[in-house]
Amino acid sequence: MSMAIALDVRNVWWRETLTIVRDPFSLIFSLLQPLVFLGLFGPLLSGLAGNGELFGGSSLQWFLPGVVVMITMFGTSMTGANLQFEIMTGAFERMLATPLSRTSLMVGRALKELTPLVVQALIVTLVAIPFGFVLYPLHVLVGLLMLGIFGVGVGALSYALAIAARKTEWIFWAVQQSLLFPLLILSGMMLPLETGPGWMQVASKVNPLTYIVDAERVLFSGTLASPTVAWGFVAAVVTAAVGLFVGIRSIRTATI
Amino acid sequence: MIHTDALARTFTVGKERVEAVRGIDLDVAEGELVAFLGPNGAGKSTTLRMLTSLLPPTSGTAQVAGIDVVAEPAEVRRRIGYIGQKDGAGHNYRVWDELLMQGRFYGMSKADAVASGSELLASLDLEGLRTRKVSSLSGGQKRRLDIALGLIHKPGLLFLDEPSTGMDPQNRANLWEHILRIREERGTTILLTTHYLDEADQMAERVVIVDHGRIIADDTADALKRKQAGDRLTVVVRPDQADTAQTLLATEGAEPASRPDADGVALSVRVEAASHAMPGVLERLRAAGVDVVAASAHRPTLDDVFLNLTGRSLREGE
Ligand SMILES: Nc1ncnc2c1ncn2[C@@H]1O[C@H](COP(=O)(O)OP(=O)(O)O)[C@@H](O)[C@H]1O
Ligand SMILES: [Mg+2]
Repeated sequence: MSMAIALDVRNVWWRETLTIVRDPFSLIFSLLQPLVFLGLFGPLLSGLAGNGELFGGSSLQWFLPGVVVMITMFGTSMTGANLQFEIMTGAFERMLATPLSRTSLMVGRALKELTPLVVQALIVTLVAIPFGFVLYPLHVLVGLLMLGIFGVGVGALSYALAIAARKTEWIFWAVQQSLLFPLLILSGMMLPLETGPGWMQVASKVNPLTYIVDAERVLFSGTLASPTVAWGFVAAVVTAAVGLFVGIRSIRTATI
Repeated sequence: MIHTDALARTFTVGKERVEAVRGIDLDVAEGELVAFLGPNGAGKSTTLRMLTSLLPPTSGTAQVAGIDVVAEPAEVRRRIGYIGQKDGAGHNYRVWDELLMQGRFYGMSKADAVASGSELLASLDLEGLRTRKVSSLSGGQKRRLDIALGLIHKPGLLFLDEPSTGMDPQNRANLWEHILRIREERGTTILLTTHYLDEADQMAERVVIVDHGRIIADDTADALKRKQAGDRLTVVVRPDQADTAQTLLATEGAEPASRPDADGVALSVRVEAASHAMPGVLERLRAAGVDVVAASAHRPTLDDVFLNLTGRSLREGE
């Protein structure tokens, strides 16, 4: 049973990934994006930090995991956009009429958005090394695994949003954009929240992304055995479980 | 192959309830080619989507290929092919990639998918388009690719929702040639929907007329026309002779209908075998001193059937 689902996930993922395989140039923009962010934002931060006490050491070591989380969020929250297009044209209905498991339809699509992430993370990391970034390969790998689990959850939520907004395309974008940036900023991904007002710190505590960002920072700095990492995994698994639950429900109840 | 019992589906849109399908009882035997004919909004797609397990019924039951659609939807999907109203192939994909992946979705091995896909490309005149992006295909090519996607796993039962809507007559004829040949070769049972009268008339062996979510007639096209409409004979006469002609025609068949015509008054009457009745009628009219300006024999169409059943014409909605 679960073997069959794994096979379905692989097939859905590969079909989606074929758009990249057949047109690799589409990847270039998405590879440049994090580099631009790192190159333009990074220096500002180190200027801000001065001696770096705010970031507990090198600002790059602090900022880079945040960029990797950001590209995960950008990518996976878009899962629904491609889906929406295929709901509109009819390809999605054709896939719904096959025996593919409903879970695999979501997980496969979310994993596709995560696929370039591995390449992106690799490139960003390699570029950062000459500027003083210290790489802990095993820790980064664990960090990517956590992001993978989290990303499937975000992808599934984006998928459910696309189905809910299938009749009015702009609603998808309105909701996606108005959630994405507050979540990112309130996770302390771009700037530390310690200097922010109290309500921001409270808001960040209920934002699952905060736990992911914190865990990634600990992992990228070379620590594995830390409660922060454990909380990161809890946040990732909870997000994935909620996302899949909501996503599967929306496939079952929607009348596409 | 298909058995339904009071199959119904209601949608709730805002505060309004839309009874899309109101209790359909249908039996389709293996090997049949059945057309669901009805105006837009009659509930054809909704019925098809329930039969293919894409939409749960509000009430009633359906067995498709021997399996209950609510209890085991995935099993139903494994056994059928479904070609929806919109494009099945993803616009951003290549033809061959879509076809192979579709085979994989049905659990076929790569080799089987390649073999079946190659066969379908050849037989549907799509050879040479393998690496083409779907969005660059013509309407007719896209539709043939949809057919290939629906047949890749060699299903015994195929559902087609408005397969030829929006196509020009030549492409439509071409598509039908392919569908009928594949059916011949594979013995596939086919249930399709259409709102084109001539399509249902010419292609299907059995026509199920649907209106407002109900089946209102179910027979061969010929039998429907014979029983529900019958031939009509029309003569045009001078207005001052209309009464005489009308009295005479009343003895030929049911009561004649008259309407004004550019050349006088047109009188039409239902008769059996209109073209054979014509010479005798003309002779009797002449003998009674009526000058016939024009005459025509009218074979019934499915539109006459629909008109007779509902009081509306199917063509109005187009
Ligand atoms: N998902 C849906 N939500 C609400 N109403 C629907 C939905 N699908 C179909 N309907 C309504 O059900 C009726 C039948 O539609 P449909 O089955 O698509 O007709 P047909 O295919 O014969 O043109 C129409 O009134 C249509 O507006
Ligand atoms: Mg329809």
